[in-house]
Amino acid sequence: MRHVLTIAWKDLRSELRTKESINAAAAFSMVILVLFSFVLDISGEAREFGGGLLWLVFAFAGALVLNRSFAREQSNDCLEALVASPLPGWALFLGKALANFALLAIVELVALPVFGILFNAEWLRFPGWIALICALATWGMTVIGTMFSALTVNLRLRELMLPVLVYPMLIPVLMAAMQLTSALLSGAGIAADDWVWVKLLIGFDIIFTSLSLALIDVILVN
Amino acid sequence: MKTKILMAMALCSGLYLVRNLYIILLQLPDEAAQGAIYRIMYFHVPGWITSFSAYFLAAVASLYYLVKRDSRADEFAVALTEVGTIFTLLGLGTGMVWARIIWGVWWVWDPRLTWAFICFLIYAGYLMLRKTIDEPGQRARIAAVVSLFAFISVVITYKSIDWWRTQHPGAVLSFRTGGEQRIDPGMEHMLFQNWFALTAFAAVIMFLRLGQERMQRELDALRRYTHNL
Repeated sequence: MRHVLTIAWKDLRSELRTKESINAAAAFSMVILVLFSFVLDISGEAREFGGGLLWLVFAFAGALVLNRSFAREQSNDCLEALVASPLPGWALFLGKALANFALLAIVELVALPVFGILFNAEWLRFPGWIALICALATWGMTVIGTMFSALTVNLRLRELMLPVLVYPMLIPVLMAAMQLTSALLSGAGIAADDWVWVKLLIGFDIIFTSLSLALIDVILVN
Repeated sequence: MKTKILMAMALCSGLYLVRNLYIILLQLPDEAAQGAIYRIMYFHVPGWITSFSAYFLAAVASLYYLVKRDSRADEFAVALTEVGTIFTLLGLGTGMVWARIIWGVWWVWDPRLTWAFICFLIYAGYLMLRKTIDEPGQRARIAAVVSLFAFISVVITYKSIDWWRTQHPGAVLSFRTGGEQRIDPGMEHMLFQNWFALTAFAAVIMFLRLGQERMQRELDALRRYTHNL
């Protein structure tokens, strides 16, 4: 566990010093919010499409952070050094995932209030639920994003292949988060019907986290 | 010799399909509620089962590759995934034709349909990914991991009619309804027969593709060898 925190802290520190990805992601999320305001009629109800909009913003902005997770270790052969170090592969993965999770959470914390203001959405009506859904869905996004970042780190066409692979994989988690967030924004709360989505989120997180932890050594160590 | 067996298998499954087609089109009666269009079910359902079986076997082959590092397992995985993707397209296509007649639209964003489409996208991504990696060992390793991840979407698609209230018809085959008869036994029997024929046909094209993949690997090895001379 100490190794995990070491890696997470290392990633967070290097990101917070340069603020490269996080600034880009926060700025990009604003850009998407503005772009969506042209597409959708916001004079009426932000409630119906609010959840979908919000999670598309998180997914696109989050990808900026996640894609660079392993790619940034390429300069000066840092990745080889990390793999050769006595760290177990799963600790490396978990540490990176934790750091990414924290960064995504920061981006979401910036984007949520702006979304609330621009689209006139009352997102604070169920603070506990919103926090829970954001945490579960963001962890799902983080695990998939970090795993595929590791998978494609040495590929020739990395920038092209990542979105093609990652977004379809993310659809289950995004779909569940969209449904639940829309239900919360509409003021209805989580009905009995929506529990299947909560279960899907939890199941998705458990399955993909364990799959990633089991397979990460195969990816990193040739 | 091996080609001859394969050709014989192809001929048998082809004849079997023709014979099934004769019964489906000319001997079986129309379905009470849907009329003639229900016959597409004899290709839609077995097509999907074949597709999902291929994906399942591809995931097994991928897992075997990761454990044993046997390149033959990787060849099986890619051949099976390609065949599975073809049958996914067949399933989506037949489903859309049926939906146009019965529902009046080609497509609805119903959970079952959406997941099926996601499956197609993920496996298309898998096949594209393979094209972008030149080194065979790295390609097999990464593709195997992606295949295992992708199979989760197959499981969700398969179970989606149980988990959500879908517009897509629910389970009718007796092995999924726990023995309860929701389809005429004669029709179900025919459906299983056509499943057998389609699976045999899928096996033939899978083995053909496997042969190509082996030849490709040998060609690549020769190319590398001459390059190093």
